[in-house]
Formats: sequence, C-alpha cells, structure tokens
Amino acid sequence: MPELTVLYFAHLRDQRGLDSERITSTATTARYLYRELVQRHGLTLPERTLIVAVNEAMVRWDAPLADGDTVVFLPPVSGG
Amino acid sequence: MEDFQVTDRPIDLAAWRRRLDHPQAGGLVIFEGVVRDHHQGRAVRHLDYQGYAPLAVRVGSEILVAARTRWPLLAALGCHRVGHLEVGEAAVWIGTAAAHRAEAFAACAWIMDEVKARVPVWKQETFADGTVEWSQGTIMRSAAPE
Repeated sequence: MPELTVLYFAHLRDQRGLDSERITSTATTARYLYRELVQRHGLTLPERTLIVAVNEAMVRWDAPLADGDTVVFLPPVSGG
Repeated sequence: MEDFQVTDRPIDLAAWRRRLDHPQAGGLVIFEGVVRDHHQGRAVRHLDYQGYAPLAVRVGSEILVAARTRWPLLAALGCHRVGHLEVGEAAVWIGTAAAHRAEAFAACAWIMDEVKARVPVWKQETFADGTVEWSQGTIMRSAAPE
C-alpha cells in the first residue's frame, strides 16, 4: 500500500490533533483519502469547502495518489 | 530575495519599503493589514495565523506576476506573517511602484484582494472573553488544471 504524508491546517489540524502524519492507505485519489480520514477521525469540513494540494501544487479531487505523496486539504482561507 | 514571502517574524516594514525604490517610480502604494482589537463587535485579544508556506509563496508569487501583466508596474511585493500576533502588528504587507499613482493604487488593491481569496493562510481569533475561533474564511480559489 502507498505511504502518504498528510499535512493539517486550521480547523482540520484541531480536529485531527496533529500537524502531520504518515499513513498507509488504499485510497487511489485525494477524494477517497479524504473520505477515509473523515471516517477515521470525524473531520467535519465538507469536501466542497476544501481545495486539495499534492506535493505543493493544487490538484483536482480525482487526481491519482502515488507512494511518497504529500497531501494537504486546504480549508477556507482567511489571510490578510 | 523572493518577491512574496511568508514569515513567522515581525514584518520588516522599512526593508520592504526600500525594495520599492525605483528611479522611474512616481508613485509607491503600500497596504499594511494590521491586527485590530475588535471583530463584529467583540473585543479581540490577539490573533494566531497558520500558513502552508510553500504553496502560499507560490500562489503569492503568481499573483504578483499576474499584477505585472495587468499594470505597468516597476515593483510588486508582498509578505504575510504567520504565528502569534498582538493588536497593532502587521499581518500582511503589499507594496507596488509605478510611474503614476493610478496603476500603483489599482494594482495594490487587486493584489490584496487576490491574496485574501487564494493564499493558503488561516486566521484564528482569541477574544477577550477567552473564546478561540477560526475566521470563517472564503473557499480557496484553486488554480488546479482541469
């Protein structure tokens, strides 16, 4: 199974209780990975409010994941 | 030095201002976003920002490049602070330089709007009554390829 690094920010960091973690997952896309994390950890932010980044670039929810990828689910932003 | 930066130290306002100097510039516009002591009628004690720095720098830099294609700018720079901020501290700094003021004003305002909509930074407010809340925020505008 591919090993992934997941980074958490803001609400998701609070809900997960971690800044980052390495996980092994059968998820083939970012969408399936997020659904898995929702099931495991009770994350509450709806997919439609999040943007996905893989390896520091924004990608679509159905972008494939590969061993060693770093995945980030970005909550609504509030800079400035 | 990168034109757009994310820093966990106080923004060096004088140093950023010096980077706008240009002999052809007739107008420099600087926006400083500072921490205020209230939000929607509630007293704010302090703020804490988180940022996904590598992507924030990339998106911020793209915004500055886009601004330079829209207006004839001599300089376009930005910096966002992360970490713990007290009331009065600068959270964000945007600076533009152009031959004439109209372009510098327009570009500075546009860059700031884009930064708020697209740069992955999150603001958490601690209120005077001790409650702690993430700002509601706006769904991040993606540049993911279709």
